[in-house]
Amino acid sequence: MTKWSRKDLCGLEDLSREEIELILSTAESFKEVTTREIKKVPALRGKTVVNLFYEPSTRTRVSFEVAAKRLSADVINVSTETSSVKKGETLIDTGRNIQALNADVIVVRHNCSGAAVMLARHVDVSVVNAGDGWHEHPTQALLDMFTLKEKLGRIEGLNVSIVGDIAHSRVARSNIYGLTKLGARVTVCAPKMLIPPGIEQLGVGATDDIDKALKSADAVNVLRMQFERDEGNAFPRQVEYFQAFGITRQRLEKAKKKIVVMHPGPLNRGIEISSEVADGPNSVILEQVTNGIAVRMAVLFLVSGAATK
Amino acid sequence: MKFREKAKIMDKEAMGRALRRIAHEIAEKTKGTEDLVIVGIRNRGAYLAERIAAYIGRAERIKVPVGVLDITLYRDDLTTVAEQPQVHKTEIGFDIAGKKIVLVDDVLYTGRTIRAALDALIDFGRPRYIQLAVLIDRGHRELPIRSDYIGKNVPTALKETVQVRLREVDGKDEAVILEQGDLR
Repeated sequence: MTKWSRKDLCGLEDLSREEIELILSTAESFKEVTTREIKKVPALRGKTVVNLFYEPSTRTRVSFEVAAKRLSADVINVSTETSSVKKGETLIDTGRNIQALNADVIVVRHNCSGAAVMLARHVDVSVVNAGDGWHEHPTQALLDMFTLKEKLGRIEGLNVSIVGDIAHSRVARSNIYGLTKLGARVTVCAPKMLIPPGIEQLGVGATDDIDKALKSADAVNVLRMQFERDEGNAFPRQVEYFQAFGITRQRLEKAKKKIVVMHPGPLNRGIEISSEVADGPNSVILEQVTNGIAVRMAVLFLVSGAATK
Repeated sequence: MKFREKAKIMDKEAMGRALRRIAHEIAEKTKGTEDLVIVGIRNRGAYLAERIAAYIGRAERIKVPVGVLDITLYRDDLTTVAEQPQVHKTEIGFDIAGKKIVLVDDVLYTGRTIRAALDALIDFGRPRYIQLAVLIDRGHRELPIRSDYIGKNVPTALKETVQVRLREVDGKDEAVILEQGDLR
């Protein structure tokens, strides 16, 4: 049986299939904890988790906070808006100071790709990547896979389409690494300028035809159009995007009846997905949020065990 | 570390008799098994709990609810073990408030597992009481814990290990004492 021996979780690219499956099966056990009346276990009693967020986030930060608290860890939230980062402190210095305060895990979100890896190299405490630039967002992909497995019973052999801004999406990248390792067939779908050249080398198919991407899909992961990352007007206009790529009831009618519709949030209703679909019977969007807690509990539990030795 | 088998302390027949006796003692002591539930500690305690519940059910013509407890997250050595142990699911599909719980494990040794199990159980609610049933009590307690129902008391040395093997996991029913040493 696989054991977890990594201090950090910076991405899914380096993980083996067995390690990903270990996180998912551990998360299953933690999901049971979250259904109890007392939703708390003493596993990380006396440990401190610091949420260090250089980018805005509600869902991910709150999810990590709830996960840590359900493990009985103490949680400290550092928002860069109100911290010494504003005075010019570097990421590594901030990390070392947090370590000097006897934290055990740093959960970091940063707008630069590679920030989590760099921080992990410079501190002895565990680092969990909560999204770094365009690079990876491993816990999001893990909760997406957890939800898929819960809904469809397996990952192996599934057809999963990822629709949206592939080029700027860390969620897409982590999902591609994770899903292909677990044996799913992944297709990415976006306007041509938002599909990075050479994406096929990651073992996925690419298309700019949304109906084709939906046709044989068991699940579709709809990404948020990140208009704030558009430098140089590479993005289509919002209305155009909705017409050409928006996930609507009409489009789903041509897909498998039980297609699972996922979205990492926050939703742009009427841009990448219609309200009718987001709130409809195929949508598992809110279940993803619930599952995120169990998955992050599993990750915090596993990394904090490996770091103390 | 290598272990060699020193002695067989229980065979299939002896195990069956011990479990049947425990089942009857439980039925007698809980006076008619009203509100009785059996909770087994993963891994082997869970199978023993199923068997004991089946024996009680047969004798008393009732169905005794059975739960499974994973105590990993409540262990007192989580910060010292080499890697995080595998976490498995706890499955208690009933409300334990007001219930008479019999906790079941295969071997009672230091008592630390039972301490963890008591904490885990009480997080599910406030039972009427909790009793303990074990197949083998091998002594060497490190906490003030004792068992209410015992299959067999086996005096052991600290360097020895008691292993209970069950057909559900190991293919056969027996209990053995293992001793450190070369496999010769």
